[in-house]
Amino acid sequence: MIAPSTETTVREPASGGAGPTIRISAMPARDSSTDPVATETIVELRDLSCYYGSFRAVRNVNLKIARQRITALIGPSGCGKSTLLRTINRMNDLVPTYHSDGTVFLDGQDLFARDVDPVAVRRRVGMVFQKPNPFPKTVWENVAFGPKINGYKGDLNELVERSLRRAALWDDVKDKLQQSGMALSGGQQQRLCIARTIAVEPEVILMDEPCSALDPRSTLQIEELMAELKKDYTIVIVTHNMQQAARASETTIFMTMGEDRAGYVVEQGETLEIFTNPRDQLTEDYVSGRFG
Amino acid sequence: MTTSSAPVPTAGAAGHFEPALARRRLIGTIFYGACLASIFILLLSLFLILWDVLSQGVPWLDAQFLTGVPSRKPEQAGIFPALIGTIEVVVITALLAFPIGVGSALYLAEYAGNGRVTRALRTNISNLSGVPSVIYGIFGLALFVRVVGFGFTVFSGALTLTLVILPIVIIASMEAIKAVPDAQREGAYALGASRWQMVRQAVVPAAAPGMMTGIILAMARAIGETAPLILVGAFTFVTFLPQPLNGSYTVLPIQVLDWATRPQADFHGLAAAAIIVILVLMFVLNGLAIFVRARLSRHIQW
Repeated sequence: MIAPSTETTVREPASGGAGPTIRISAMPARDSSTDPVATETIVELRDLSCYYGSFRAVRNVNLKIARQRITALIGPSGCGKSTLLRTINRMNDLVPTYHSDGTVFLDGQDLFARDVDPVAVRRRVGMVFQKPNPFPKTVWENVAFGPKINGYKGDLNELVERSLRRAALWDDVKDKLQQSGMALSGGQQQRLCIARTIAVEPEVILMDEPCSALDPRSTLQIEELMAELKKDYTIVIVTHNMQQAARASETTIFMTMGEDRAGYVVEQGETLEIFTNPRDQLTEDYVSGRFG
Repeated sequence: MTTSSAPVPTAGAAGHFEPALARRRLIGTIFYGACLASIFILLLSLFLILWDVLSQGVPWLDAQFLTGVPSRKPEQAGIFPALIGTIEVVVITALLAFPIGVGSALYLAEYAGNGRVTRALRTNISNLSGVPSVIYGIFGLALFVRVVGFGFTVFSGALTLTLVILPIVIIASMEAIKAVPDAQREGAYALGASRWQMVRQAVVPAAAPGMMTGIILAMARAIGETAPLILVGAFTFVTFLPQPLNGSYTVLPIQVLDWATRPQADFHGLAAAAIIVILVLMFVLNGLAIFVRARLSRHIQW
């Protein structure tokens, strides 16, 4: 909604995926302060502060997240990355002491407006969790769960297969659709959770350290899957693994926390820029491992 | 490991360890022995009870005993009315206790939050399960028999027993619900589930094995309850099959009590035989609990 139509052409080379392309796409329209990424914005956080009771966990965040890109959210433990992520799909509404100031816009719609039902928000903004959490149901039931509760009218078998294929899991499980989703390996479980998420056709997929419980091979599979998925979805990933942020994302947001332990955004930029030429000393210390 | 028996050389001030392995091993052995002794005491008493009951009761167990009605003559006496009475009471109790118990547990665990009122409620339900069951009998007599006017019927007995086992059902169900990881709830919410859908589709299936086990074990308790039923009219001499809403009834434990308190030895044998029937019913119910649990939890692994 922010991006002028001419800038959408910039997206084309960017969706090629590999490292060098990122730089190309970043060059032309880059304005350092307000719009570091010259693509169409899908999620915008405006002056967002998050509280647990009286404790402010996140303060005054202003961010724009670009459509069909992978945005990584990095920063030290406890700086509010997950809180920020869980605010975008209103997951934190379930925490009794939680409240927030400011707004989150999805496609220009204020997600905190009175008439917005968080249940509807969560179908549009899916979430993949740190530890794979398949339901104790069959593989098929796991994927069909979301479509069923959201009143999907089409062919469920077809949707389940399509979702599993897109999550690069179909070949692994096509003969085990009636087996328990919990009997799969950790990496397969996480891909099942991704399949389950895309089965409800969200616009944005939030990933909260999706690989921290997985081995390196499964991690790589998830990263390859993310690169595939961004053709259709916007992905925001919280990660503690800086190599992962550098490998898998195009945009990186660095957060840290201040003296009052409230998290804030230090800077946002092209991943390559953040890792090789950050503007802020704090970012440089963190990405170079000197954070203390 | 090859040098583990050799004394570890001390290195400076950090070397003040006294491993005392022999003493630690001895403590371990003593504890193991104590646990073994406990299980032995349990098995011994169980064996003695079973031996006593079986040796007295088996000679009386025959078709006449199972299908006959109580009689003044021991050789003609049977338990059929009491057996049917027990089954009627327990089935109605289960039909009442299951929905109310699970509903209460879901409310307390999923909906009620964690305010002061809820916490007090939870504590009091735990206390209720410790109230002597005869108190429920007095309450049932006053409310169901007198005020509501169901009289001394199977239905009054079942309502009273429902109150007796409700705390057990609620506590077991709440434990089962609390054992469902929050990640399951979040997983359902993240797909756009409403609260009801989350509860119905994620929590209940995952908690079902524990809830079913709880209700079945509570039914086993209901089968064995005696005192509250005496007060709501089951202590009667019944030679016909009870109707749920109409007329007298009795149940197996009360039949046992009746026979066991008579002076003649033959009646003691009848009591033992009735106890065997109760034990078989319990055994079947426990087996059912294990089966249902295994069946419902076949997909669950956490």
